[in-house]
Amino acid sequence: MKTIKTCVTALISALLVFSPVAYADKWSDQFPHIKATGDIPGECSYESMSKKNYKGKTLKINTHAVPVMGEPTALHAEQFAKLTGAKVDVTHTPAGDLYAKAMVPFQAGQAPYDIVFGFSNFINDWRRYLEPVPKKYVEMKQMKDVTPSHIGVASWDGVMYQFPVDGDRHYLKYRKDVIDNPKYQKQYKEATGKELKVPTTWKEYGEMAAYFNGWDWDGDGEKEYGSAEVMKKDDLMYAAFYSRSAAYSKNPKTPGGFFFDLETMKPLINNPGFVEALTDWVAATKYVPPGGINFGLGDEIGSFGGGQTLFSFSWDDAFVAAMQPDSPINNKVGAAQLPGATKVWNRKTNSWDEGFNQAPFFVWGWAVGVAKKSKEKEMAFDYLCFFANEANHQADIGIGRFGVNPFRNDDFKVDVWTQIGWDKDIAQSYVDTLAQMEQSKNRVFPLRVPGTFEFNAALATAAAKALAGQLSPQAALDEAAKQWEDILNRVGKDNVRKAYAVGVAMEDNKQ
Amino acid sequence: MNFKHKFVFLFPGLFVLIGILIFPIIFTIRLSLSGWNSYTPEMNFIGITNYIRLFTDDPRFWESFFRLSFLSVTTVILQYVIGFALAMMVWREIKFKRFFRVIFLVPMMTTPVIMTVIWRTFFHESLGPVNDLLGGLGVKPILWLSDPVIAKFTVIIVEVWQWTPFMFLLLLAGLLSLPKEPFLAAAIDGASPFRKFVYVTFPLMAPISIGAIIIRLIEASKIMDTVFVLTSGGPGTATETSSFYIYIKGLREFQMGYAATLSFTYLVIMIISLTIIAKVLTKLMIKE
Repeated sequence: MKTIKTCVTALISALLVFSPVAYADKWSDQFPHIKATGDIPGECSYESMSKKNYKGKTLKINTHAVPVMGEPTALHAEQFAKLTGAKVDVTHTPAGDLYAKAMVPFQAGQAPYDIVFGFSNFINDWRRYLEPVPKKYVEMKQMKDVTPSHIGVASWDGVMYQFPVDGDRHYLKYRKDVIDNPKYQKQYKEATGKELKVPTTWKEYGEMAAYFNGWDWDGDGEKEYGSAEVMKKDDLMYAAFYSRSAAYSKNPKTPGGFFFDLETMKPLINNPGFVEALTDWVAATKYVPPGGINFGLGDEIGSFGGGQTLFSFSWDDAFVAAMQPDSPINNKVGAAQLPGATKVWNRKTNSWDEGFNQAPFFVWGWAVGVAKKSKEKEMAFDYLCFFANEANHQADIGIGRFGVNPFRNDDFKVDVWTQIGWDKDIAQSYVDTLAQMEQSKNRVFPLRVPGTFEFNAALATAAAKALAGQLSPQAALDEAAKQWEDILNRVGKDNVRKAYAVGVAMEDNKQ
Repeated sequence: MNFKHKFVFLFPGLFVLIGILIFPIIFTIRLSLSGWNSYTPEMNFIGITNYIRLFTDDPRFWESFFRLSFLSVTTVILQYVIGFALAMMVWREIKFKRFFRVIFLVPMMTTPVIMTVIWRTFFHESLGPVNDLLGGLGVKPILWLSDPVIAKFTVIIVEVWQWTPFMFLLLLAGLLSLPKEPFLAAAIDGASPFRKFVYVTFPLMAPISIGAIIIRLIEASKIMDTVFVLTSGGPGTATETSSFYIYIKGLREFQMGYAATLSFTYLVIMIISLTIIAKVLTKLMIKE
C-alpha cells in the first residue's frame, strides 16, 4: 500500500513539475513564435485563452503601421483569433495619425475601434474616453512584475488607463568593436590627446562622433559616420531633443519642473541649459550621415542597426535590431546611460552649477487602451492581457523591429538576453543600463498635459529651424517658449499646472 | 407652363449642391469661430479670436503661403513649357507617336504617394542611387532633402515629373483641335517654324493654355502628398506649404477650430488670387 501511495505521489509530483513543459510543447508547436519558452502558465497564457469562447464576436484594433508595434499587434491578433474563435480586425495607421484617428471618433462619441494604440503621453487627452483597466487585470501576476515607473506611466492619479505592453527610455548605443579597440584608442589619443571610451558627456560624444565621421573605420568598403539621431521634424524629434537637454537642464537641486517651473508655469525650454543642448545638436548635423537631418526613427534604427554609425541614442529598437543574429553588427554594440554634462543650469540662482550631471529620460512608450464606448471590453482586455503575457513578451522583446521593449523586472535579468544569443557582457551592460535608469533619482518623464501635442510640435518646429540653420539655437528656443506661453494661455495655466504636477511628482521622487 | 414646376426639377441638384458644397463651407466657417481642440472638444463660440491670431500672431502660415506660391508658380510654368514641348513633339508625324503619347502619360497614372516614396529613395543622400551616380562622375553628394534651398527644388522636380503629363494631355488635345487653315496660310507665306509657333500656334492655343494653367495652379496650390512624404515640410520649415501646415494644425495638433480658420482664409485668398491670375493671363496671352 505504501509503495502504491509513493508511486502515486511521485506521479502527481512529476505531472505538476513538468506540466508547464507539457503546455510549452503543445502550444509552441501551434505557435512557433513562442518556441523558445513555450507557453508560460498564467491568467492570460495560451492555455487560459484557449478556454475562452468569443466565436461570433469581432474585435477592432487601431495600431501602428508594420513593423514597429503593428507587426506584434497583428501577430497576436491572429493567435488570439485562433485560440478564442473571435474575429479580429487590425487597422494600421502611421504614427503621426494615431492620435487623431482615435480622437476624432472619441470626441464624436463613437467607438469605431475597441482598442486604440498610441503613445503613453496621450494619456491626459485620451483618459476620459478610455475604460480604466479592470482590477482583475491590475492584480494579475504578470502585472505585478511591471516596474513602478511603467505602472506610473500607464496610470493617471492612481488609475491605470493604459495596458502596459511596452517600456521605453532613451539611452546611448555605441559600437563596442570601435570604442574598445586598442588600435583606435591609440589613434584617437594621438589625434586628440583624449581617451577613447564610452562617452559620459555630450561634449565627449560630439568629439568622438566627429572624429569617426566620414571614413571607413570598420573595413567594409563603405564610409561610416559619427551618429544617427532622430532629427526629422514631426517624427519624434522632440524626444531626442529632450534627451540631449536633460543633462544640462534637469538639476536635482531645483525640483519642481523640467519643462515648466511648476510654481509660475514659466516655460523653461529657452533657458541656457536647453540652449546649450540645442547648440550641441546643431553641431551634430556635421557628424550624422548624409541626409541625417531628415532621419526619422525608422532611419535611425536602420542606420545604427545597419552598422553605419558609431553612436546612436533613442529607444531600444536600434540596439535590439543591432543584436539580432542577422545584423552585420551582432554582438558588436554596447549600451550605456545617456551622456551627461559637466555643468547643469540652476534656474534658482540663474547660473551654472559645475559638476557632473546625468538624467535619464523615460520617453513614454507604446501605450494601448480600451475605448469606454466599446461593446467588447472584456474581449479587448483579454486580448491586451494575452498580447503582454509572459511567453509573448519574452519572444517580442528579442525582435528589434517589433518595438516591444523591457518594462518588467524579469526583463532586467541577463539570462533573458543570453538565451537569445547575446554575449554575456553585452547583455550585462544592457540590463545594467536599464536598471540604473530605473534606480536614478534624477529622471525626466515625458510631458503629459492638455495640449501636449501643441507643446511638443512647437518645440520640434523651433529645434528643426535651428538644425536647418534657419534660426540660432537661442532664437529658436525663444520662439518655442513664446509659443508655449500662447498655448498655456489658450489651454489655461491652471489646467496645465494640475496635469503637469503629476509628472513633476514622479520626477521629484514623490510618487 | 407653370413657373413652379421649374423649381421641382431644380431641387434635387440644389440639395446635392447644398449638401456637398455649401454645407461644408458653412460648417467650416462656424468651426473657425470655435476653439475646438483636444482639450475643449466642443463647438463653443469664441468670435473672431482665431482670425485675430492668424493675422497678428502666425507668421508661419504666411511663410508657408508664400513658399506655396513660389512652388506652385514655378512647377506650373515648368510643366507648361515641358508639356507644350512634348505635345508639339507628338503632334507632328514622328515614328512611334502612339508609344510616346502613352509613355508621357505614365507618371500621371501612378499613385503620387507611392511615386514620392520612390523619389525619396532616389534622393536619399547616403543610400540613394542619384548621389551614387553623381559620385561616379566625381560630383560631391548633393543634399537633396537636407538643404533648405535644394529641398525646394527637389519638391519641384517631383511635382514637375508627376504632373507634366496632365499639361501635356490638355495641350495635345488643344493642338489636335486647331484648325488647319492658319497653318496652311502661314506655309504659303513661307513662315519659318519659329514664326509659325509664335504667330499661329501659340495665339491659337492661348485659351486652352490659360485653362490648363489655371487648373494646374488650383491643383498645385493644394500640394500636400509630395511634401508630406518627401520632406515632411523640412528641413526646418523650408518646404512647408499651406495645406501641409493646415494638416499639422488640424490633425497633428488637433486644433480643429484654428485649422478651420486657416482653411477658410486660404480658400478666400485662393479664390481672389486665381481670379486675378486668370484675368492677367487672359490679358497677356489673348490679343484682341
